[in-house]
Amino acid sequence: MSERAAAVLNSEYEEDTQKNKYLTFNLGKEVYGIEIRYVTEIIGLQPITVVPEMPDYIKGIINLRGKIVPIMDGRLRFKKPEREYDDRTCVVVIDIEDVVVGLIVDTVTEVMTINEEDIVPAPDMGSAVQSRFISGIGKAGGEVKLLLDCRSLLSEELAETEQ
Amino acid sequence: MAKKKNDPIFEMFLFETNELTAQLEDIALSSEKNKDIGDSINEIFRIMHTIKGSASMMEIMNISELAHSLENLFHLVREGRAVRWDNDTLCDFLLNSVDFFKAEITKLENGLPADGDPAGMVQNIDAYLERINPCEEKPAQPGSAGTATADGGQGALYRATIFFDEGCQMENIRAYEIIHRLERDCKIAGYSPADIMDNDKSIDEIRQRGFVVTFSTELPENEVKSKLEDTMFLRELLFEHAEQSGQSGAAKSAAACALPGREQEDRMPFAASHRQSMISVSTDKLDTLMDLVGELVIAEAMVMQNPELNGLNMESLRKDTARLEKITNELRDVVMAVRMVPLTVTFQKMNRIVRDMSIKQDKKILMSIVGEETEVDKSIIDQISDPLMHIIRNSIDHGIESAEERLRAGKPEHGTISLEARNSGGEVLITVRDDGRGLDREKILAKAREKGLLTRPENEMTDKEVFSLIFLPGFSTSEKVSEFSGRGVGMDVVNKNIKKLGGVVYADSVAGKGTDISIRIPLTLAIIDGMLIRVGESVYTIPIVNIRESFRTTSDKVFTDTEGNEMIMVRDSCYRVIRLYELFKTDTGCKEIESGIMVMTEGEHGAICLFADALLGQQQVVIKALPSFLKTIREVSGCTLLGDGSISLILDVNKIN
Repeated sequence: MSERAAAVLNSEYEEDTQKNKYLTFNLGKEVYGIEIRYVTEIIGLQPITVVPEMPDYIKGIINLRGKIVPIMDGRLRFKKPEREYDDRTCVVVIDIEDVVVGLIVDTVTEVMTINEEDIVPAPDMGSAVQSRFISGIGKAGGEVKLLLDCRSLLSEELAETEQ
Repeated sequence: MAKKKNDPIFEMFLFETNELTAQLEDIALSSEKNKDIGDSINEIFRIMHTIKGSASMMEIMNISELAHSLENLFHLVREGRAVRWDNDTLCDFLLNSVDFFKAEITKLENGLPADGDPAGMVQNIDAYLERINPCEEKPAQPGSAGTATADGGQGALYRATIFFDEGCQMENIRAYEIIHRLERDCKIAGYSPADIMDNDKSIDEIRQRGFVVTFSTELPENEVKSKLEDTMFLRELLFEHAEQSGQSGAAKSAAACALPGREQEDRMPFAASHRQSMISVSTDKLDTLMDLVGELVIAEAMVMQNPELNGLNMESLRKDTARLEKITNELRDVVMAVRMVPLTVTFQKMNRIVRDMSIKQDKKILMSIVGEETEVDKSIIDQISDPLMHIIRNSIDHGIESAEERLRAGKPEHGTISLEARNSGGEVLITVRDDGRGLDREKILAKAREKGLLTRPENEMTDKEVFSLIFLPGFSTSEKVSEFSGRGVGMDVVNKNIKKLGGVVYADSVAGKGTDISIRIPLTLAIIDGMLIRVGESVYTIPIVNIRESFRTTSDKVFTDTEGNEMIMVRDSCYRVIRLYELFKTDTGCKEIESGIMVMTEGEHGAICLFADALLGQQQVVIKALPSFLKTIREVSGCTLLGDGSISLILDVNKIN
């Protein structure tokens, strides 16, 4: 059940060679990308311990080899309808400056290189929630990928108060 | 030489110099207490020499210079047979230098340049050295026969400021005459203005600021004073003790004197035993070790509870695993002990505070320390000294009265502050007790009223509750803000810091007699005994220390008040009932009182009954903090990993209401 895409995360890469590499995954119809250097691992769904008084997109915490990692549901975070988890559902574990979070996604696709010239800035949508987390739009393989700004994903967390 | 912060040699230098400085401070304080430097002189010399050398090597010249100066002084003290020196003066030099070293090291630790100027201190030390050096001839003082030859005494240093009558003319000549007269019995350290014979302009200065003479003499104070008073045309004489740093020495004796009968115990053992059989370990390594042992405890539990073992014949396996469990427990205990450090150093630091403050405030204070060998976790030590310092400062500032006030109140002239530590159950209890004026209930209530901090009617509050108001933010009953306290920030910060350690601080007092401030901190931060309880699908943990009892009961025993709060009577006392599934909005099939269990828990604010589905059993749990990423939940103090790998949230019963 649990899939460790170890090849994807060959940590012998210097940060430079990881720079333009993105891990792409699906949430609903859209394809998202996240810089590979923030991704520490990809695991299958584990039993989640519910934590009270959390916003709805925080599903709870899991025990990852002794470390307590909070789990965020990507669909709920980006205001999409919730979907039942299946055996393709994965958790992408992100580590930014020692803050570790697991993001539940529908499926994980691949690691691809997206060069800077293929990235355009995201249009300012005004108050649309999604644009806060998007650092740019990447074009690769004929598809459009929404590139996530990890820091805002996590820092929004602390500042935000739920309605 | 660029001093990179991460340079290991530099780090080592900072670490070692800090240690040496701390040792030096301790020696100085105890020498002052014992009125004698005695054997410590070699230690002092050794420390100075080391500091000088390593500071030189790191090109931190100001530290090196000061250390060199001190080294010279103590060399003379050690070697010179005919040298008579003043113990208090030496200790003052030491302590002032310690402060200088500390300040410079702190700057370096923060990446700032060490730019303090030791010139003033070096000058003072050198001047003193010259004065007490018996071989030194003073050509500027003709006829001086060296220091007074009376044996046994040590010269006291005085400063006299002389103002002449208006219009008496030739003040400079008169000033010279004073010097001439004093020289017969005293050793002149210096005078100002210095050029009285050469420069007529000095007359103006004498008129404006008086003629200041600093000298030392064996003569009794009143004798030398009356000599000065014999001066013709004397308008005013200011006469005071002089110390190197210019402080008034009158309150010197107020500094921590040894309690009668405890002198022996207070001597710091500074023999070489301090250095042997010890090794410094980086706390990172210790933390890793602790984590690993914690994981071992969990992993061992997981092995034992592995479902694949169910139904197998476990006889010999059980014996082996029992042994494994025993060893793991022992390992865990040893590792926890590794991190335990006695409170000695922290408590001894307080000596300095008491000494400095009692001088500054001109109060006489004795400090007694009991139970300093009590050990606490290293992480607690780091965090406890600031709160302790503040509490002691408060005691001295607000609690202990001046000597006159105390005598009037029929109390002994010396105020006593006692610092006590002891183990009690799984906790450490630290108490700061003073015999000062105590807490004033009315004053506290008035202030709280003024700041709008009262949440309950005043007459319903017990004394203890009123006293606990002082820990609220923004609270302070002092009319003026002193250097030490009164900003209304202190006790609140103390409270917060103690809470961060998982402890509590509370105050008790008897008006006019004194105040006790007590701090209770859990002994070990990482592993506690917990009771697992089930609520719906979730498992929560309640620390055993908080549980009074548990029992089953029926719904007719539980009643509701006018606001919908549930309560239960147990042995003639009434307790609040909190249904955990409601509190945490958990789904559970067990909503009837009959089918669940009541757990009576006790926190800071009294006891409440928690209603849960079932008790799952007692277990030693390793506390892990919730990730900081999640916003803090009031009722949860942390989490722990259970044997089957699942996570259980640990409840903070103080916050459940």
